[in-house]
Amino acid sequence: MSTTGQHPAVDADELRRRVRDLLDAHPPATTAPLDFLRARFDAGLAWVHYPAGLGGLDAPRSLQAVVDAELAAAGAPDNDPRRIGIGLGMAAPTILGFGTDEQRQRLLRPLWTGEEVWCQLFSEPGAGSDLAALATRAVRDGDDWVVDGQKVWTSSAHIARWAILIARTDPDQPKHRGISYFICDMTDPGVEVRPLRQITGEAEFNEVFLTGVRIPDSRRLGEIGEGWRVAQTTLMNERVAIGGGRVPREGGVIGLVADTWRERPELRTHDLHQRLLRLWMESEAARLAGERLRQQLAVGQPGPEGSAMKLAFARLNQHISALEVELLGEEGLGYDDWTLRRPELVDFTGREAGYRYLRAKGNSIEGGTSEVLLNIIAERVLGLPPEPRTDKDVPWKDLPR
Amino acid sequence: MSTPDLLYSEAEDDLRAAVRSLLTDRCPPATVLSEAESGRAHDVALWGALGTEMGTAGLLVPDKLGGQGATAREAAVVMEELGRAVAPVPYLTSAVLAAGALLGCDTGQEPVARLLGALAEGRTVGTLAVPLSTMAGVSGPPAATVRADGDGTLSGQVSSVAGAAGADVLLVPATGADGYGLYAVETAETSVTVEPLTSLDLTRPLAAVTLTGAPARRLAGPDRAAAAIERALLTGAGLLASEQLGVAEWCLTETVRHTKERHQFGRPVGSFQALKHRMAALWLELVSARATARYAADALATDSPDTPVAVAVAQAHCAEVAVRAAEECVQLHGGIGMTWEHPAHLYLKRAKSDEIALGTPGRHRQALAGLVDLAAPTG
Ligand SMILES: Cc1cc2nc3c(=O)[nH]c(=O)nc-3n(C[C@H](O)[C@H](O)[C@H](O)COP(=O)(O)OP(=O)(O)OC[C@H]3O[C@@H](n4cnc5c(N)ncnc54)[C@H](O)[C@@H]3O)c2cc1C
Repeated sequence: MSTTGQHPAVDADELRRRVRDLLDAHPPATTAPLDFLRARFDAGLAWVHYPAGLGGLDAPRSLQAVVDAELAAAGAPDNDPRRIGIGLGMAAPTILGFGTDEQRQRLLRPLWTGEEVWCQLFSEPGAGSDLAALATRAVRDGDDWVVDGQKVWTSSAHIARWAILIARTDPDQPKHRGISYFICDMTDPGVEVRPLRQITGEAEFNEVFLTGVRIPDSRRLGEIGEGWRVAQTTLMNERVAIGGGRVPREGGVIGLVADTWRERPELRTHDLHQRLLRLWMESEAARLAGERLRQQLAVGQPGPEGSAMKLAFARLNQHISALEVELLGEEGLGYDDWTLRRPELVDFTGREAGYRYLRAKGNSIEGGTSEVLLNIIAERVLGLPPEPRTDKDVPWKDLPR
Repeated sequence: MSTPDLLYSEAEDDLRAAVRSLLTDRCPPATVLSEAESGRAHDVALWGALGTEMGTAGLLVPDKLGGQGATAREAAVVMEELGRAVAPVPYLTSAVLAAGALLGCDTGQEPVARLLGALAEGRTVGTLAVPLSTMAGVSGPPAATVRADGDGTLSGQVSSVAGAAGADVLLVPATGADGYGLYAVETAETSVTVEPLTSLDLTRPLAAVTLTGAPARRLAGPDRAAAAIERALLTGAGLLASEQLGVAEWCLTETVRHTKERHQFGRPVGSFQALKHRMAALWLELVSARATARYAADALATDSPDTPVAVAVAQAHCAEVAVRAAEECVQLHGGIGMTWEHPAHLYLKRAKSDEIALGTPGRHRQALAGLVDLAAPTG
């Protein structure tokens, strides 16, 4: 989505000028981080490809890198994108695409500054890969919807102010058609968040119970019954967000392992050497593929490679962290901490090899499993015939469950 | 090389049935998890039933020394079942490694015989005080990090010792004026500290052992100690392959069961060919893993000259099969496989630590290179 044609004025030089103005008016050294972030949003330098007034300048998306580099060089605070990943990666593009002006004005700024964290109330115990089978009900009651159901594996729900939520509003329709998309206030009565401990020992995700939660109709995104289409936007953005960050060479987990290799000659063996080199090469290849994807997007040639990046990231993260544990040998037998914690973000680099190894197992499950993504590539990219579907035109309420 | 027996005998099948039935009753995944979280070194009651009452603690110990007089073949069957249950008991550390090291000492000596008898009963728990990652050497026994002083005491530290926390006796390799030796130290001594470490494998906790002038009894001197320790480590590695087989087997069985029952898109997820083929491929790997584990057990049991090759092949192969099976188990369970309540993580953690325990697959392949004359390129 390139908008350069409409706004030829906003080029790299213009952005640099605006960054300088921002820094002059709000010197990072003397400005409270939150005030700086708000000012940055208001200056249109938050996400430059967003519309003016909503944190952007309708500039080409690729120019964000220019802004980020200038601000980083000036020591400006950042908005901790890892902590607010769901908001940035999934809620924001969906609100932008389907929200009313009022919703966009109210929600996007605190989302971007990190004042308000978002979570994603999609998956349910009975509906994971087959998300459209979800059973959480939303029943109209005057100007409100009354929501009942259970969500699961909800990352960040314990710190979230808002949630994107999909719920069934018409059980008589086939499963993809009777779904609507809402914004749920996590502080409302009837929302109960319970920690769900995971393989790493911590509880980064949660179970969320929704009991008679009243959501005003003004917090619906998209048309009634059109929630699946809205969710598609979220999910596509989720996959790109997960695989899509710009990284320098050795920027990921491979860098940690490479450093260990360089610093610890006593750990080296021929076997590990060959495997490390292969993974290093594959990481570099994946990094370049990601860079190429970004360049494609910048010149308005979006390709289907987005899902490929998420797949590659998951596979590499798993293989590299597995090698790291093995490389460490005796140290790999240990673990840093099994305490049940409720962290605010997934800290891949702040913890030890065992944590990385275990947490990486989730990379091929969260945001759509690798198997399901491979099916999507096979069917949508390669045009292979889909698996036979028995549930397409059957009303949801008549589906076997 | 005579033809190895790669099948299970009737007696071995009976032993398996008895062990499995005990573990099914007393050691379901929920118990393993709560036991692991309890901070206890191992499940004492379970070990009493399995090691003492059922007699598995003494399988490798000859009758005349108070054991069952069985062989590595039977011990391997027990290891398979323990792997299948990720059981928190000191079988590998006490009944295999410690007993194995003592069997390499002069069992005609009273202290050796007495300790062996006590371990065989299961009431006394021992372990070999070496880091769990130690591999039976291509280049000799593990260097001792403990010093034997003239006054019959030991001082020094050993890191990452499995089974130390629940042990009554540590078998410690140490060097002193008399050279390399194997010593017995009681953990009850105040000069012995066993500090539990946070371990990746919750079901086989590690500890750091510190000795500060600990009274010790020498069980073997330079003439026997090295060989005894080497043999114990080789036996441990060979039998660990059977544990890995058990881990892999549980993972495959449970994944098949789950994917048959879990419905998405209106059908069992196991009906998707993408998953079917992966489970079938895993089954194929298990077929060969079982053969290599059985061969290692048989070679150890018959004292075959091919034992080092058999152990290297079994370890290099089974370690990887177990890790792959556990990783597939987590993945094919989807989100539920990432949770603490579901036992998949216990198996993944066991498989991953077992991969490092007693030599990584890479190091076993390297050992194999020397054993079968396939030298690495030089330069
Ligand atoms: C760490 C983590 C964080 C998460 N965070 C969130 C969150 O914040 N919000 C949220 O809504 N959800 C979240 N999820 C849930 C996640 O999206 C689901 O777990 C995922 O979509 C898989 O669904 P499932 O767990 O029900 O697995 P299932 O759908 O039961 O899948 C089981 C297995 O079957 C395979 N399978 C299923 N269908 C097919 C098919 N058609 N072809 C081939 N194989 C198939 C799967 O790939 C998997 O291996 C999170 C999950 C994890 C692990």
